[in-house]
Amino acid sequence: MLNISEIRKDFPIFSAYPELAYLDNGATSQKPECVIKAVNDYYKNANANPFRGLYGLSDLATEKYEEARRKVAGFINAGSADEVIFTRNATESLNLVAFSLGEMCVNEGDEIIVSVAEHHSNMLPWRLMAERKGAIVRYLEPEESGEFSPAKLKGMLNDKTKIVSLTAMSNIYGFKNDIKALAAVVHEAGAYLIADGAQSVPHSVTDVRDTDVDFLAFSGHKMLGPMGIGVLYGKEEILRKMPPYMSGGEMIENVSLEEITYAGLPHKFEAGTVNAGGAIGLGAAIDYIDSIGMEAMIEREEMLTKLAMDQIAKIDHVHVIGDKNYKNHNGIITFKIDNVHPHDVASILADSNVAVRAGHHCAEPLHAFMGIPSTTRASFMFYNTEEEVLKFTEAMSQIRSLMGYR
Amino acid sequence: MNNRTYYNEILTEHNMNPLHKYALDKPVKIKRGVNPSCGDDITLQVNVEDGVITDGAFVGDGCAISQASADMMLDLIIGRKVEEALELKDIFIRMIHGEASDEEIEKLEEASSLQDISHMPSRVKCAVLGWHTLEEIFAGNDKEK
Ligand SMILES: Cc1ncc(COP(=O)(O)O)c(C=O)c1O
Repeated sequence: MLNISEIRKDFPIFSAYPELAYLDNGATSQKPECVIKAVNDYYKNANANPFRGLYGLSDLATEKYEEARRKVAGFINAGSADEVIFTRNATESLNLVAFSLGEMCVNEGDEIIVSVAEHHSNMLPWRLMAERKGAIVRYLEPEESGEFSPAKLKGMLNDKTKIVSLTAMSNIYGFKNDIKALAAVVHEAGAYLIADGAQSVPHSVTDVRDTDVDFLAFSGHKMLGPMGIGVLYGKEEILRKMPPYMSGGEMIENVSLEEITYAGLPHKFEAGTVNAGGAIGLGAAIDYIDSIGMEAMIEREEMLTKLAMDQIAKIDHVHVIGDKNYKNHNGIITFKIDNVHPHDVASILADSNVAVRAGHHCAEPLHAFMGIPSTTRASFMFYNTEEEVLKFTEAMSQIRSLMGYR
Repeated sequence: MNNRTYYNEILTEHNMNPLHKYALDKPVKIKRGVNPSCGDDITLQVNVEDGVITDGAFVGDGCAISQASADMMLDLIIGRKVEEALELKDIFIRMIHGEASDEEIEKLEEASSLQDISHMPSRVKCAVLGWHTLEEIFAGNDKEK
């Protein structure tokens, strides 16, 4: 059992806002002191431009940056640190793979499959690439639980299908998809599978080799790390064949006026001065997660989800999106309240010092598919408490009467 | 952070039982206003005769603040000269940005109850939607979008 009151002391923001129940972790997580300190320490004691200086301090900066890369590789069980590309966030990772893999293997008339449930950042890059290439984007519909059915996907695949890109965990449903099963179906058809791990990597155990996913995109800031650092994992043999996304410094081996030789992996995809402080902060976040244990975190998030769903079941006129079973929510509870607009719900909760998100959560096509203009979402992290969950459900039970419904 | 003040009875009453939420028969002017990020969506309709707003109504949906604010606005401007209505619109928008005097705010009647929204930047666009649409309707942009 985790000692939560001790754990909460690791997060300075909780002492700065002792009254606030922060339940918007799906948008971004809070940061432990050790992450803030790691970023700080880097700039105080190790800062120079990594890879560029022929002196000790630059070597130190390079070493710290590469150490962070190895930590990420270990965390997702990548075969090699060369398969870990640092980006700004999941969005940039997805843009990178859409552009570069699209250049490599998509031709006119080819098909790309994404789901209706994707975050805009895993939908628009594919649509733009398809437009450039004259390819077709097809849409997989989720089940009511948010699950992607491998059988349904299989029925959509054909020899024109080049790429399938799906979220490993939807930011609306919270359902954790079976990436291993989906990858098997996609590979059988000779296509590539990309997983959006923005929600799954912070809230479940990730093993890219076991699932055999070809690419995985995620953001540091949703997993206790700083903003401005993200990751694209890609299988080495595919990354090698892919053309660069951005060009400039650090991504080349040699440049003459006639010729360019690109750098090897992962630097080919990291043009320009890198975010060393961010990467090192993410490394510290991974150390912190390891010290607590992902399994223990998941267990707590399940407990909080169950408590919230049990309480919500007692409130009339509230409907939770997705599966009935709390185990398939992974800390994400998206809901609607009859006749009350989500923005009013969120404002009223804010009044009770409960921070949640309202709107379409960057998944407008999914809301259109569900036939609801917008929703409200509470999202938990292991550091949340039962008191916070109850504060949230208690405030929620008052909303309709506050809005004048008897 | 406290916003209890604006989820009050005036607001909920205008939201639940709006007097002006219906479609006019043959409106002279019509204009749609949308907040794309949150889905507030209203279509404002007014009749004008000899420079006087003789009637007005709106249809649409959205959060309580956007809907109640539009209803309060119509309460205030129906029967007034266009210039007067536009002046009140200016006062309202300045009030929401925390820039109107108490004396001015008093002229807004019930709509003055939305004053505290100036402390909630994320809700400002909901409160001003109807009023901006009013501005547009008289700026010669009175075609439905
Ligand atoms: C499922 C999912 N994908 C992608 C993203 C995009 O992440 P970011 O904004 O950090 O690039 C998010 C979060 O906003 C998300 O929840």
